[in-house]
Amino acid sequence: MLKFLYSLTLLLCLVSCSSNEDTILQSKKITVNFVHKWDDVVVTKADFNSKSFETENEDKVSIELYRYVLSNIKLVDANNNETDVSDYLLIDLGEEKNLSFEIDKILINGTYSLNFTFGFSDEDNKDGEYADLNSANFNVPTSLGGGYHYMQFDGKYTNTTTTMPSGFNYHAIRAADITDPANPVYEDTSIPISLTNIEVTDGDIVINVTVDISQWFEDPNTWDLNTLNQMLMPNFDAQKLMSANGATVFSLDNDS
Amino acid sequence: MIRNCTFSFFICVFLSCSSDNSNDQETYTPIEISLEVPKLFEDKLIAPVIPVNNRLTVEGVALGRKLFFDPILSGDNSVSCATCHDPKKAFTDNLQFSEGINGRIGTRNSMPLFNLAWNFDERFAWDGKEFSLEKQAFEPVTNSKEMNNDWKTVATRLINHSEYPELFKQAFGNIPVDSNLVVKAIAQFERTLISGNAKFDKFLRGETTLTTQEQNGLDVFMQETKGDCFHCHGNPNNPLWTDNQFHNNGLDETFSDLGLGAVTGDPNDNGKFRSPSLRNLAFTSPYMHDGRFTTLDEVIDHYSEGLKNSTTIDPLMKKIDQGGVNLTTQDKADLKVFLLTLSDSDFLNNPNFQKP
Ligand code: HEC
Ligand code: HEC
Repeated sequence: MLKFLYSLTLLLCLVSCSSNEDTILQSKKITVNFVHKWDDVVVTKADFNSKSFETENEDKVSIELYRYVLSNIKLVDANNNETDVSDYLLIDLGEEKNLSFEIDKILINGTYSLNFTFGFSDEDNKDGEYADLNSANFNVPTSLGGGYHYMQFDGKYTNTTTTMPSGFNYHAIRAADITDPANPVYEDTSIPISLTNIEVTDGDIVINVTVDISQWFEDPNTWDLNTLNQMLMPNFDAQKLMSANGATVFSLDNDS
Repeated sequence: MIRNCTFSFFICVFLSCSSDNSNDQETYTPIEISLEVPKLFEDKLIAPVIPVNNRLTVEGVALGRKLFFDPILSGDNSVSCATCHDPKKAFTDNLQFSEGINGRIGTRNSMPLFNLAWNFDERFAWDGKEFSLEKQAFEPVTNSKEMNNDWKTVATRLINHSEYPELFKQAFGNIPVDSNLVVKAIAQFERTLISGNAKFDKFLRGETTLTTQEQNGLDVFMQETKGDCFHCHGNPNNPLWTDNQFHNNGLDETFSDLGLGAVTGDPNDNGKFRSPSLRNLAFTSPYMHDGRFTTLDEVIDHYSEGLKNSTTIDPLMKKIDQGGVNLTTQDKADLKVFLLTLSDSDFLNNPNFQKP
């Protein structure tokens, strides 16, 4: 009996040892790069103001401000196990802030998807809660439901009818209809994004996310800057259109 | 010879020891303090900027305050920082262009000084040319239109002064008095200049209510279809009432002062200036980088129907061909009343901010 117990203990030890060895879990450096493009052309802050880009609607657009929030950033494996990457990031192309994000995490090899929300879902869109976003002046007025902008995209456009460069403020927020201020109607227009088939192998991981700005004007709704240019925040329908177009903005860069 | 050497060796040791000792006895350790951050700032904003190599001390702040009000820094002992930055006017003056030494006139409106530690990018002056408060403080002393002095003279005067050598020693120890210590002390004092007790702050703290007019003015300020001021000038969740960023708010078609463009060399930055805080407007007239507007009515009229187009005008400026968003007379009046709820007379009267 004693002998048996002894060998059992030994066996257990061995098993636990060996299983330990199998899964020596090493943390990996995960780098997520956000590479901004207009169709296939990389856009950097050097292109701000002077360079002109053409939209699907043949409007010529220049960029002066491009910043947005991604929240709930996670890596999700085939069994739906989630690894948190970041609660939220304010990415600012002109200031070159958070264009690259690094974190050390323990990840088992396998196939993952990178999931995040463009903007904040209603649950996380808490008015005044995030000191860094308040300090960056990213708030939405309480009369429009409060919380934060999803995106501020400012620039100027011209086309055959608007020949003098004219400002546009493509500001994405939670859709709000305040035509009757006593009974406002809100709709969560944040965009859930899932970028799939990321192979995690030994060593550090680099994920290049392409952010195709042209998509905001293109797919599925061709955007006409002559009609939708400024004061879009209180425009419920415009917010719905933005939300639809945003789904194709983010993709994995297949070159990486 | 050897004996001589040994002897001098001992002397050396002895001397160094003794001088060490006397140092220990004389070195006064200044008392570190932290900023008295208003609750609202603490709740809503990230931490203020305090450089690790210039933490606030009781003695440093007191010295900085004395220097700030002392004309000793100027060439002919006639001008102090406070000449153009008067505490009774929220630390600016009421002239279009400030008068420096010998009545010389600059080309920019003096700026009010408050909540400077919350300028997170640390780009100071109208055009962002100064990269920290310490660096900024070097500038006026040698500027020929402001204090027209040189730092050697300043240091000599301070070293031969009856009080300053002791005050510097208390604040910074045995480091020789020079320009670096002067600007450190001044910057410490400047960081303590906090304004956070206006009527609107009290409203946010639940201590008072807004009138219907003030409430409507806030609405005009916040609505994208009306004033849309909040995209650049803060909001109830950003109690600084500025974004501290650079914009062209449509004052001119061509620029005699390039603003940020002269600093960056980028023509796309021409005519851009830093958005000022809208706190304390009741005390800081005239307005804009060149003090062109005497009243808030003129400022509001500018945004409502006076916008001038140019290639660098901010895209947030609307209906430029009509001069702006054309606010109604009522909305204009309400907007003004709201703006005035951001003025904080406690800041003017704070005894810690007066001439010592
Ligand atoms: C002759 C008037 C004059 C004097 C004297 C003067 N200033 Fe100023 N100050 C100005 C003006 C004008 C500006 C705006 C400068 C610009 O934009 O180019 C300014 C800007 C500043 C700013 C920038 C504030 C901000 O928010 O960016 C600080 C800080 C400041 N001064 C501190 C001082 C200190 C400290 C002294 C004394 C050492 C001093 N000033 C002396 C006129 C003066
Ligand atoms: C695009 C950003 C922007 C918007 C929107 C904006 N401002 Fe400004 N504001 C500025 C800038 C930049 C300055 C300084 C300009 C200069 O001096 O050249 C300024 C200056 C001012 C000043 C002068 C303050 C001082 O101390 O001199 C007041 C008052 C003011 N704005 C009020 C408003 C109001 C009210 C609104 C809304 C109707 C508004 N602003 C909208 C950027 C903006």
